[in-house]
Amino acid sequence: MSAGPVIPDFGDPSACVASDATFCADWFTDHWWNLFWPALLQHLELTLIAVVLGFVLAVAAAVLCHFKGWLAAPVSAVTSFLYTVPPLALFQLLVPVTGFSVLTVEIALVLYSIYLLFTTFLTGLREVPGDAVRAARGMGLTRRQILFKVELRLAVPSLIAGLRVATVMTIGIVAIAAYVVDKGLGSLILKALQSPFNTQFIGAGALAVVLALAADGALVLAGRLLTPWARTRRA
Amino acid sequence: MSTEKTPASAQDIVFDHVVKTYPNAASPAVDDLSLTVSAGEICVLLGPSGSGKTTALMMVNRLAEITGGDIRIGGRSITDHDPIELRRSIGYVIQQTGLFPHLTIADNIATVPKVLGWDKRRVKDRVAELLDLVGLPVAEFGRRYPSQLSGGQRQRVGIARALAADPPVMLMDEPFGALDPITRERVQDEFLALHERIRKTVIFVSHDIDEAVKMGDRIAIFREGGKLAQYDTPRTLLKEPADEFVARFVGADRGLKRLTLTRLAELDLTPATSGDAALPAIGADASLRAALSLMVAEGTDAVRVMESGDGGGGGEVGAGGEGGEGPGGAKALGTASLDAVRKAGAA
Repeated sequence: MSAGPVIPDFGDPSACVASDATFCADWFTDHWWNLFWPALLQHLELTLIAVVLGFVLAVAAAVLCHFKGWLAAPVSAVTSFLYTVPPLALFQLLVPVTGFSVLTVEIALVLYSIYLLFTTFLTGLREVPGDAVRAARGMGLTRRQILFKVELRLAVPSLIAGLRVATVMTIGIVAIAAYVVDKGLGSLILKALQSPFNTQFIGAGALAVVLALAADGALVLAGRLLTPWARTRRA
Repeated sequence: MSTEKTPASAQDIVFDHVVKTYPNAASPAVDDLSLTVSAGEICVLLGPSGSGKTTALMMVNRLAEITGGDIRIGGRSITDHDPIELRRSIGYVIQQTGLFPHLTIADNIATVPKVLGWDKRRVKDRVAELLDLVGLPVAEFGRRYPSQLSGGQRQRVGIARALAADPPVMLMDEPFGALDPITRERVQDEFLALHERIRKTVIFVSHDIDEAVKMGDRIAIFREGGKLAQYDTPRTLLKEPADEFVARFVGADRGLKRLTLTRLAELDLTPATSGDAALPAIGADASLRAALSLMVAEGTDAVRVMESGDGGGGGEVGAGGEGGEGPGGAKALGTASLDAVRKAGAA
């Protein structure tokens, strides 16, 4: 992204910009395509990569710990320890190794999302009704069939719940990742912090909130579509 | 696969000095169990909790592995089978049914046929056939989820699912334990009627003596420590309990329980006379116990036995009949006296 005008165009400021108002809608719309939209897409991309990778790793870890119960305590300890490291400190630790790169950002984001996802997924697997699993065993389903046909399917509400929290959290942390890479809505916010002009800062911040709400809504919807049996409970 | 279109014939199940000792357990959960369940019979495993009856059941489909002795189904040891293959050839029904909440009724029933690799057409036909068999038309119930059914309906689906691959043997672990008494009675009757038609060999775990007497062709009573206390028909068990434990377990009212085993229709009735009109009426399908109960309730020493309705329900048609009028203008077959009931019960 070419550095947008942090200080608005002095040549021909609109009335709003000239009066230094808190938020100038005309400036926001004028700069939507060159400033806000690319940042929004980058933000979404960084988030998606982190959540998808975190999801895959967390499902694998949760299934492994579900099968081998003794693994749960150590895996849980490691992931929760990583979760307690503040994002800025983690970036600081990673930069010497992986540089000011997207890789650094994604490593940090995945490590954060994995804790939340792993914890909710493992709980979801453990809360699958014992009757259903026992019936599945008694009917002659293999361990793998029980996992894919019964346990993971019944854990979908937990998977969705974990994804919702992890996605909203990741969208927030991606904003901080602007300290490492010049990408996403955080980058716009970071640059605007040094300027007396607030529209870029407010616009980018609002977009991050909207993105989080939209992602959350999309996951709720996906959850409904994937769990038709849960909708009919009170029917 | 190997499953034929024709119904699989029932097979006998032989427990041959079976022992189950769980790791780190001081004493065995099942101790030297030997009994034979004849093909097509319902055998109820009855006993207090911790007496090993459920363990005994779970060893048949190798959910618990035997640690001594052998179990043979149709002459073949269960240890000769791969456990997965073995389980797919045995119907399994548990308390609360264990239906999969995320699958429709049709998909629940189709589970085993699908893993057996049946083609779609055959699976669909089988599901419709089974739902019809348990009285839940596929058009109405097939696409519902278990949470949309009543407890009794769920239990019927559980039974249909267990029958899906037409297994010669069914294992039922307190299948009706979670149902309210009225629903349980109805589902029990339905299952008995169903069993008349399908004639599978059934092992049925229960802790309820009344259920055992009603459902079982034979009852195996277990005592603590996984020991078989007695294995007999309900009639013999109630008449001649082997020891103090069995006598206590079947209850002080075992005489009354025996009366439930005989229907009024089986008695030699006294021919009806005009003076009988005042006697309380009861259907011929009712048990001697129901007749006795009616006599006690009405303060009479005989009941008027009416021809039972069109064979559908059976039971105590006279219970609700105020006064002496027979229900629905049914024909009186004769009368049964207190003395006749008592003598028949003692036989």
